[in-house]
Amino acid sequence: MKNIYLDHAATTSVKPEVLETMLPYFTEKYGNASSIYSLGRENKKAIDDAREKVAKALNAQPKEIFFTSGGTEADNWALEGIAFANQTKGKHIITTNIEHHAILHTCKFLEKQGFEVTYVPVDNKGIVHVEDIEKAIRPDTILISIMFANNEIGTIQPIKEIGVLAKEKGIYFHTDAVQAIGNIPIDVKDMNIDMLSLSGHKFYGPKGVGVLYIRDGVRISPMLHGGAQERGKRASTENVAGIVGLGKAIELATENIEEYNTKLMKIRDRAIRKILEKIPYSRLNGEEKNRLPGNVNISFEFIEGESILLMLDMKGICASSGSACTSGSLDPSHVLLAIGLPHEIAHGSLRLTFGEENTDSDLDYLLETLPPIIEKLRAMSPLYDTFIKNGRI
Amino acid sequence: MITRKKMNPQNNSKKVLIAMSGGVDSSVSAALLKEQGYEVIGATMQIWQTEGMEERDNGCCSLTAVNDARRVANKLDIPYYVLNFKDIFKEKVIDYFVREYTAGRTPNPCIICNKEVKFEALLDKAISMGLDYIATGHYAQVEFRDGRYLLKKSFSKTKDQTYALYNLTQKQLSQTLFPVGEYNKDKVREIAEKYELGVASKPDSQEICFVEDNDYGKFIAEHIDSDILPGNFVDTKGNILGEHKGIYYYTVGQRKGLGIASNKPLYVVDVDIEKNEVMLGDDEETFGNTLIARELNWISIEKLENEMKVFAKIRYGAKEAPATIKPLADGRVEVIFDTPQRAITSGQSVVFYDDEYVIGGGIIE
Repeated sequence: MKNIYLDHAATTSVKPEVLETMLPYFTEKYGNASSIYSLGRENKKAIDDAREKVAKALNAQPKEIFFTSGGTEADNWALEGIAFANQTKGKHIITTNIEHHAILHTCKFLEKQGFEVTYVPVDNKGIVHVEDIEKAIRPDTILISIMFANNEIGTIQPIKEIGVLAKEKGIYFHTDAVQAIGNIPIDVKDMNIDMLSLSGHKFYGPKGVGVLYIRDGVRISPMLHGGAQERGKRASTENVAGIVGLGKAIELATENIEEYNTKLMKIRDRAIRKILEKIPYSRLNGEEKNRLPGNVNISFEFIEGESILLMLDMKGICASSGSACTSGSLDPSHVLLAIGLPHEIAHGSLRLTFGEENTDSDLDYLLETLPPIIEKLRAMSPLYDTFIKNGRI
Repeated sequence: MITRKKMNPQNNSKKVLIAMSGGVDSSVSAALLKEQGYEVIGATMQIWQTEGMEERDNGCCSLTAVNDARRVANKLDIPYYVLNFKDIFKEKVIDYFVREYTAGRTPNPCIICNKEVKFEALLDKAISMGLDYIATGHYAQVEFRDGRYLLKKSFSKTKDQTYALYNLTQKQLSQTLFPVGEYNKDKVREIAEKYELGVASKPDSQEICFVEDNDYGKFIAEHIDSDILPGNFVDTKGNILGEHKGIYYYTVGQRKGLGIASNKPLYVVDVDIEKNEVMLGDDEETFGNTLIARELNWISIEKLENEMKVFAKIRYGAKEAPATIKPLADGRVEVIFDTPQRAITSGQSVVFYDDEYVIGGGIIE
């Protein structure tokens, strides 16, 4: 059976040239980067090289790059680290209502610790307005955390404008750029970003490694206590192979960004056009153009995304939905609800995220496979039945 | 008679969705179906979620259950999905449970879950996905004879779960498989060990899956708007015996946890919603001779036309008792027991048997 992977926002495969750079660090170059002998030193150097690559990709300084275990840890660190180190200044944080759970659940945790969080809503296209953020600012606001691009609907936020605002008001600005890296060119200086989270496996690097960029001078408490690794801010023996892989992957991703984007946008736009054309009662979620180059998120009325996913899986197509139950959450996507979708339509959404290895023929196969699935599910749907009979639900 | 089992080459093209709870019975069911040549897809219905309840591991809906089921599916190399049934479960089971309880009845949520969720919504979903059957780990058997699908007690009489399945329609029975129905529990555990499913020693689940610590009173209190008010315990003549902590904490036949001192054992005989009273009596006073059943479903017969001698079971753990069932004009059924039965409870189900076969059943008024 075919196996077509259309879920690159979930994770990506490690590129062969990335894997190749990693392999020696599992075997012959197994030293601990903190050791003084050459086996250790070459590890230290490998980590520093990777750090430079990440810094270069973001237009940061190497000393501003801190390796973590992934995007979630970076997000947790940014929020908790700023909150705990700056609470004498204030206990108010601003974010949006479409952030990843790594941000939202950390905010919930901080609320229990006595911090206050304002969740600025987005518009029905999934974009946050700078004026709304400005309105939420209080004298005790210590941090603004806004995601660069949304993982579900792919919408890209006005990060540069928010950066200007935050700088002007003297408030720290963090962005969760996990979905953006490799898709959008990022310059932390130009965009006035104080902190930025990223994750290796979203741009053809390994899982289990991420980065928090922390601008020099930002007051933040350490993430892990222990040894002197990562300038004493994030103790723990370094995941050298992972760090090396992330370094290589970000280098490749930044080099090829334009070519990659052009290819994905072409597939994306055709996918959106064709699906909306072939399948009635379907709608695109999120701003049409101002979205990640590989992201398609469409709702199909009268049916559940879960059933669509299962049937696509049986046809060898890997996709995702706004109501992915495997994550342990049974509620419809908070992102789709935030852009104003009713509960039942939010349940009927499908996310396709294209990537490197996808071809036009993959899309052709999807366009052949999806419409009959939707039709079949609607034929069984009592909601659709009522709609056809009465012209409304 | 048709039986569907044992390496039937016809099974090869048939697809089954097995509802997996992570427990031994449904895990072994999945293994048996695979052995019998079906194309098997595992699924767990996620139906209930409250904060702080995630770590419970004895219900059929906890995260641990999902992890166990997924591990078993991986072991058997079958696809596995977690399906979201939260909304329908809330609407059909939880709300019903609360509504019945607050009306002074004692519902059996497993029966309603089987009727409205497992063998209705889940079955529909499986069929809409192009599958042929659903299977569950219930101890029961299905037979096709003389144009009807029959629900038969499991091979192991002590494990039999047909009581909770009496609502199945002919169509549902035709699309349902109960793979462990023909085995006893020891054999099932043995099969689990053979396949190294890692669930062989898991205890059977006992409680209602969504009620924490089996504390119904607390659950109801959390799910209704009004306060639960204390009231009086009274005897069968209306004399006040003491104060109860709220009627939802009591059910007919209950003896434990009454907190009333008496020289003889006292039982709950009746619960009066209007007066907010709980009536207590001695053992004898909990016995009754007759009942009326509503919302009947018939399995071995099309409908009840005439009086019939049956064996009737009035709750999950009760023994079947000889009785006569009579159709009433409005579609309900009167059940007259040969000898008085203890604690006939409104809201529970009564199921009628002819030897090993379920004739039908309904809800006690």
